[in-house]
Amino acid sequence: MANVNIIINGQKVEVPKDYNIIQAAEILGIDIPALCYDSNLEVAGACRLCLVEVERSEKLQTACSTKVKDGMVIYTESEKVVRIRKQILQLLLDSHPNDCLTCEKAGECLLQEYAYRYGVKFKEHNGVKRPKYIDNSSPYILKDDSKCILCGKCVRTCNDIDERRVLSFSNRGYDTRIISDTDQTLETSKCVSCNRCVAVCPVGALIDRRQINKDRVWNLNSRTINCKSCDYGCEFEVLSQNKKNIAVKAKHPTNGRPLCLRGRLITELMYLDNPDKPYRKVDGKFIESSWTKALGLGKIMEKIEKVEKDNA
Amino acid sequence: MSNSIGEVEENEVLFIIGSNATEAHPIIGNKMKKAVKSGSKLIVVDPRKTELAAMANIWLPLNSGTDAALINGLMYIIVKESWHDKEFIKERCTGFESLMETIEKYPPEIVSRITGISEDMLYETAKLYTSTKKAGIFYTLGITEHTTGTANVMNLANLAMLTGHLGIENAGINPLRGQNNVQGACDMGALPNTYSGYQDVISKEKREFFERVWKVKLNPDKGLRIPEMLDESLEGNVKAMYIMGEDPVLTDPDANHVKKSLNSLDFLVVQDLFLTETAKFADVVLPATCYAEKDGTFTNTERRVQRVRKAVEAPGECRLDWKILCEVSKKLGASGFEYRNSEEIFNEIRLTTPSYKGITYKRIDKVGIQWPCPTENHPGTPYLHKGKFPRGKGLMIPVEYEEPAELVCEEYPILLSTGRMLYHYNIMTRHSKKLNEIRPYELAEINPIDAEKLEIKEEDFVRVTSRRGSILTRATITDKVKPGMMFMTFHYKESPVNELTNSAYDPISKTAEYKISAVKVEKAENL
Amino acid sequence: MITFIINGKKTMVEEGISILEAARENGIDIPTLCYDKELSAFGGCRLCLVEIEGYKNLVTSCSTKVQEGMAVYTESERVVKVRRDILDLLLSNHPMDCLTCDKVGECKLQDYAYRYDIKKGSFEGERKNYAIDSLNPVMERDQSKCILCGKCVRVCKEVQITNAIDFSGRGFKSKITTAFDNPINYKNCRLCGQCISVCPTGALINKQLKGIRPWEVKKVLTTCPFCGTGCNFDLNVKDGKVVGVTPNPDSPVNGTSLCVKGRYHIDFINSPDRITKPLIKKKGEFVEASWEEAMELVVNNLKDTKEKYGPDSIAGLSSARCTNEDNFVFQKMMRVAVGTNNVDHCART
Repeated sequence: MANVNIIINGQKVEVPKDYNIIQAAEILGIDIPALCYDSNLEVAGACRLCLVEVERSEKLQTACSTKVKDGMVIYTESEKVVRIRKQILQLLLDSHPNDCLTCEKAGECLLQEYAYRYGVKFKEHNGVKRPKYIDNSSPYILKDDSKCILCGKCVRTCNDIDERRVLSFSNRGYDTRIISDTDQTLETSKCVSCNRCVAVCPVGALIDRRQINKDRVWNLNSRTINCKSCDYGCEFEVLSQNKKNIAVKAKHPTNGRPLCLRGRLITELMYLDNPDKPYRKVDGKFIESSWTKALGLGKIMEKIEKVEKDNA
Repeated sequence: MSNSIGEVEENEVLFIIGSNATEAHPIIGNKMKKAVKSGSKLIVVDPRKTELAAMANIWLPLNSGTDAALINGLMYIIVKESWHDKEFIKERCTGFESLMETIEKYPPEIVSRITGISEDMLYETAKLYTSTKKAGIFYTLGITEHTTGTANVMNLANLAMLTGHLGIENAGINPLRGQNNVQGACDMGALPNTYSGYQDVISKEKREFFERVWKVKLNPDKGLRIPEMLDESLEGNVKAMYIMGEDPVLTDPDANHVKKSLNSLDFLVVQDLFLTETAKFADVVLPATCYAEKDGTFTNTERRVQRVRKAVEAPGECRLDWKILCEVSKKLGASGFEYRNSEEIFNEIRLTTPSYKGITYKRIDKVGIQWPCPTENHPGTPYLHKGKFPRGKGLMIPVEYEEPAELVCEEYPILLSTGRMLYHYNIMTRHSKKLNEIRPYELAEINPIDAEKLEIKEEDFVRVTSRRGSILTRATITDKVKPGMMFMTFHYKESPVNELTNSAYDPISKTAEYKISAVKVEKAENL
Repeated sequence: MITFIINGKKTMVEEGISILEAARENGIDIPTLCYDKELSAFGGCRLCLVEIEGYKNLVTSCSTKVQEGMAVYTESERVVKVRRDILDLLLSNHPMDCLTCDKVGECKLQDYAYRYDIKKGSFEGERKNYAIDSLNPVMERDQSKCILCGKCVRVCKEVQITNAIDFSGRGFKSKITTAFDNPINYKNCRLCGQCISVCPTGALINKQLKGIRPWEVKKVLTTCPFCGTGCNFDLNVKDGKVVGVTPNPDSPVNGTSLCVKGRYHIDFINSPDRITKPLIKKKGEFVEASWEEAMELVVNNLKDTKEKYGPDSIAGLSSARCTNEDNFVFQKMMRVAVGTNNVDHCART
């Protein structure tokens, strides 16, 4: 692949010509804010936060979807760019609940990170806010539409696996929401609780329910391990406090790393000191289950017992 | 320090002489204030009305440079009143008789005339200091930066021995060392007369020990001290100098003399973080690393050896100090400089320095250990001289009062003293944006009476001139200094106070009389 | 030692300590906003209330001593209800700007709101609204976020002994002020920042650490490079750069205390004035050089001088600022490689 030379914020860099601006900036250690961009997902160009100024180009360009060209001169934090970013963030906050005090995502929330970076605060207003629609039907995923910023990462990651494809956009304009199947709950839909969507959500709209009320992320130590359930070896973080492992958390699904409920439960069972009870979905209903059943080990366990008894 | 910092709070009497702890050693200063708040008695000897002086039970604003007379006067009263510790003197000291001969010459009426302190105050001070066994002396450079510095320290030792304030907790003689690792640099033998652990270079036995360890013939002659190095380079006997992490042009007295000396060298290497005033005279400047970029140890004023840890990479091509030195040594053909990390150096320190022998990086990972620590099971030594002194019996050496090298006169009527302030530390903190924002320029302290005479208002510019130089500074008007006295810090290269100070030095320690120079002050045009 | 019962568990503790301390010794964390073991007990925040068998009222565990046979409940229904009410009241008079507050991640009020699940204050009414005092270089004081726990006042009075601040006003108008309510500056305060360390909310912020989230930094325990006291502290490192200093309670000399220099000196580490390449003077001007060139020049000159005039014509100044290891190698270099005892440092200045 041929390379091109570009200048970002006054620094020269040579990158492959199929790179987009956001990737090129990363090489220089320049962090361009983006809520909807994920290097493992199709580019959406939806959040507009990654807008940058390109010399000799009238309009600002989205860094996630604009490919580099030889001789391009780019400014990622110019006055104009920063002003627009602040406006975008303000609009997002205007329709976002102000509950960072107790929000589970605090500490990992990209909206929080960028609001802090650009000094944008919640403001009082009488306008409409997103309706508080909470789906707590699943014991694995909490979906809070009032916090959703419609970046669409969850939809894209869910649709990357052919047999899943649960989440999609519905409605238009201010009524736009993310729905499960034909606007069903996570419980009644064909959601398999793989938590891919939770892992990519930049805000508190999708939360891992098994992590709720454990502790704040910044108080926890984390260690990355590979799931032993199958050959994919998806990555999980084991979260611990005072040397006790208290939760596991799915890391971003990368290419060929699908994540699944079984893997997650096996990881919990293997690593956690006191794993929460597992649940199984049976005929569109979550029911509390035994670990043997949840992991589908009934027959094997019976066999093991029998074999060991016979040999004894 | 003979005792530990932690013991300060339990002292029943704190005798602080020539030390502005709340500015120069803020954390120790806090402990002193805390002790006073919980009932300890405080004696402060200082011509300046420092924060501690203002809260003292007894503040003795003596005439600068009359410390020896003051201490002799106190001892006179103590002996006359029979408040001295006769048993301690008999058991553990020698030289009491000759000391007595000298202090006989310092009755209160004479001492009062020399020091400017009333006889009553002298009496009260002597009484308070001897009222308890838990009375510690704390001193800093206000005692040592005089032509009689060494004598002053010996005299404080006399006082402590006379009253038995040694070898126990919450007492002792406690110099608060000025720099983070001045204790360590001395311990390591960065001195012309001793190897590490104060082992004499002129002792054949010690020298032979180091010759065995280092496998090389060592020079049996004592080396030169800083002022001698400077003098000898002017004389043409010292031709080359290697300066690591020091800036004598700003910090040594009589800066113009220092500059001349450095200029007369054939070759000067400076190894530092910044292009310091001294580095400007160098032929080669080597970029070094700061404390946040290296592993190692510092030894604090209570002899506690503590870890320094690398937190970040050094910028650009900066290199570790010891690595640079090792490379130079190897290229000069020496062997024994093949260390792979700082711990290997420390292990050689342990091998050659008995007081450090029991200290390992592993042991001081969390909490430092106070030397002497002779074995790996030894817990360290919080206070010294328990039961006996290193030399056996404590020797009392009489000290006579001598006038400072320079006195005020008609032409130079103001006495200038120098020191540190809370917000800066020598020169380096000027590169700290936050600290420099707090105090960006010098504010020379001058008494309201003098200010009025000279028609100086707050923050006006003044020209200060001594026999050696002349500088511009802003002034602040305060009664912290007495009329006829002035105080400046040495942090600002824009107002380099050491162009004024007197390089007349103590004959033994070669410490200069930073605390006393005669100057004249004139109002200058505001810039 | 006395026996007491905490949450149904019998345990032995030292006599004379408070219930709160006894609980901590047993691994039970009673929430508190105003307690600090270095400071006198204040009983101001009321969050540490506990229930004691046989007592009519709830008592503050920070200021009540354990007694033989006492049965204490730290998380009973009644206690939790009161705690939630207190937090509700505090949050009802607190700005809701956790989104961008610099204290997030280290805020006790946030921790307890999360622990007791108070999403926001439910009481409508007047809120504090004070101007932020930010005229000095080191700290930001936002009285609107102050919960009047008085820790800053006590640490200034009891540990730092400066008495720069105190309570003023009554009731809703209570606040922490300096003398005459002047902005903080070097004349009325020693700027040590001890108050910032103890503040449980975002009312006092270290300006140097603004823009840095506490969860982004790595802490490295080290020893202060200034005076001879030898305080320990944690250097806060983010992205390979020292961004600030926070105290480390395990420090033998200073505990959680720091002075203005220790806390705020770090800019010099990242100073653009640092020399980062060897410099050689050519025709009176410094020019950048390679290490090889600089070293060769140093070594050749030292060699020549030694050969021509003997080792004692060379002198070295070591440094009281450098480590023991650096100093040891320096004097060894002078004595072994050069062959002179002409080594000194500014021990006497």
